[in-house]
Amino acid sequence: MDAPVPVRAPLSLHVPEPPQRPGSEIDFSTLAVPPAGTARRPDTDCPAADMTDLAYDLVRVLDDQGHAVGPWDPVLGPDTLVRGLRAMMTVRAYDERMQRAQRQGKTSFYMKCTGEEAIAVAQGMAVDRSDMLFPTYRQQGLLIARDWPLVDMMCQVFSNAGDRLKGRQMPVFYSSREAGFFSISGNLGTQYSQAVGWAMASAIKGDSRIAAAWIGEGATAEGDFHHALTFASVYRAPVILNLVNNHWAISSFHGIAGGERTTFAARGLGYGIPSLRVDGNDFLAVFAATRWAAERARANLGPTLIELFTYRAAAHSTSDDPAKYRPENAGAHWPLGDPIDRLRQHLIALGIWSEARQEELAREVAEAVQVAGKEAESLGTLDKGPFQSARTMFEDVYKTMPWHLERQRRQAGV
Amino acid sequence: MTMVQALNAAMDVMLTRSGDVVVLGEDVGYFGGVFRCTDGLQRKHGRDRVFDTPITEAGIMGIAVGMAAYGLRPVAEMQFADYIYPACDQLISEAARLRYRSGGEFTAPVTVRAPYGGGIFGGQTHSQSPEAIFTHVAGLKTVIPSTPYDAKGLLISAIEDDDPVMFFEPKRLYNGPFEGYHDRPVVPWAKHPASEVPDGHYAIPLGKAATVRSGTAVTILAYGTMVHVALAAARDAQVDAEILDLRTLVPVDIEAIEASVRKTGRCVIVHEATRTGGFGAELSALVQEHCFHHLEAPIERVTGWDTPYPHAFEWEYFPGPARIAEALRRVMEE
Repeated sequence: MDAPVPVRAPLSLHVPEPPQRPGSEIDFSTLAVPPAGTARRPDTDCPAADMTDLAYDLVRVLDDQGHAVGPWDPVLGPDTLVRGLRAMMTVRAYDERMQRAQRQGKTSFYMKCTGEEAIAVAQGMAVDRSDMLFPTYRQQGLLIARDWPLVDMMCQVFSNAGDRLKGRQMPVFYSSREAGFFSISGNLGTQYSQAVGWAMASAIKGDSRIAAAWIGEGATAEGDFHHALTFASVYRAPVILNLVNNHWAISSFHGIAGGERTTFAARGLGYGIPSLRVDGNDFLAVFAATRWAAERARANLGPTLIELFTYRAAAHSTSDDPAKYRPENAGAHWPLGDPIDRLRQHLIALGIWSEARQEELAREVAEAVQVAGKEAESLGTLDKGPFQSARTMFEDVYKTMPWHLERQRRQAGV
Repeated sequence: MTMVQALNAAMDVMLTRSGDVVVLGEDVGYFGGVFRCTDGLQRKHGRDRVFDTPITEAGIMGIAVGMAAYGLRPVAEMQFADYIYPACDQLISEAARLRYRSGGEFTAPVTVRAPYGGGIFGGQTHSQSPEAIFTHVAGLKTVIPSTPYDAKGLLISAIEDDDPVMFFEPKRLYNGPFEGYHDRPVVPWAKHPASEVPDGHYAIPLGKAATVRSGTAVTILAYGTMVHVALAAARDAQVDAEILDLRTLVPVDIEAIEASVRKTGRCVIVHEATRTGGFGAELSALVQEHCFHHLEAPIERVTGWDTPYPHAFEWEYFPGPARIAEALRRVMEE
């Protein structure tokens, strides 16, 4: 028997709801966007407790005119800036081609990162080539920033005869040891604690390499996020913990992940981890914050949490239709702009770029993607093959095939 | 040497031989583990080789997978096998499949040590035998020793193995063999021949069963604590049973099982875990697939009941020698 209940006002449940749904105009006017250049830049040995304000601020470098302003300007040379622009444009062109290939039935699934290109590209460029990356599924830009061959990525998407993963993983679940790019998992968040383990191993061995991990704001509700922060803080692991807040986890807005009452960067403060909130559509701000975190990690000062504040301009995946849950074309109205346009504007403001060179670069990128696409398709597509031998299905479950798998392979007739 | 000391010796040998071996888990560092299995290892090998972790089995497992991907050989202790469930995502979706999904480029050679089984009045959260959850997972190996000698040699093999290994330790056997008679005096390992454990490195290959008693009347398939209980049951029932200690459940030693059952024509399968979907079901299926025409009686399973592990009724739950003896008599009557 339950105890008798006294008469009181009834309780009610708060279920977060985004400000706009389909049918209404998108409105970002309530979003607080501080001007570029106003966030302070502490020294890399600053304790978390002395920089809590930065978990609520927004590190921005590029202003509305395309000038780099404030203490976070990483002062990058023209070559690096153009490399970044080229990589971001390559990511976008690659995404377009692979999305089209999926619509043509050449593969089962695809995920674009439109609007988020600066994150993976700038971060991939800001760490060393030998550092280990533990991405989630929207960081294809890391591979492109590391000049990993597009053909190899496409073969994975097509699961074809050239796929190093032997057709075992669904599209975009890349893996490359040589590229320092850890195997992507569909169980969200698992890579976060693995990255911390990798970083701890590097420290145990007296190595100098660091790790970096990515997670979406939606998956911060997973236990792995908290295990990772706990271990990273306890053992001062040399790791950069990146949190991409693109505001949407499939159809759930950031409020469902706990974003209504605090920032996601502030999650790090309870663990004593220095935490930055950064304009994710600002190539220079993303690069600078990542460098800052990498310097901390390399100096044995431990982890940094970086919230990359951005907006998922495209659908979650080819299996998703955002028109069913948010106003159409919401991404085009994102007040922090488009990362490619902003870097292009910066290059022009610096006087080292022109619309003509932009068009030339766009042509080069489009051609490179087209050439790679044709080569990859010549090695097979999911609808027509060819694939690797079905016999490979039984390999790599264990290092050496045990008797029961050998027997099943024979039963399967492959 | 006790099984606790044998396990400690195995980790000591491997920590000494390879700088890539690390031991992590709750209370395993300075204190040396709640069952004392890691006693003295931190003092000898250093705080960054043997260390305490926060209380999060999922976290321990995620960290261990990352360390293994780096190239270390982590030995992760789960304080009780009953606590392992939060780690299942990292075990089942990650450690077990990493080699496969990365085309062999990344691997997770983690050894997960976990005390399992009842007989210590641990109630439902300190007595479970969850091995069948993991034998069902492609990519994991599952090992269960029954003596100090095997515990050391098998743990060394598990740590040296390039695949993730679940290493379940029968906690009722930590400090002495146990025949299942809870009301009889505790026997120390010192009186048992398998407590003679050599110094230094030796390996017992995974996937090989041991014949702990030769016989002609019936084959008993057992592992862990139940090996000793089965020996007592055969002795007390005066049945000339052949008893196989499987030692590794995946990959199981099918040749040894087949040879024995073809010889005896009868088979009793014993485990402490609950029955439905237990590893005994797999063994039973394998025996009928491989030995059907040699069987002279239905296969019998003697297992824990399909209930949570009860505290006060531990000995009604536990598949003791009397229940095994009954099963032996039934198969012999056919």
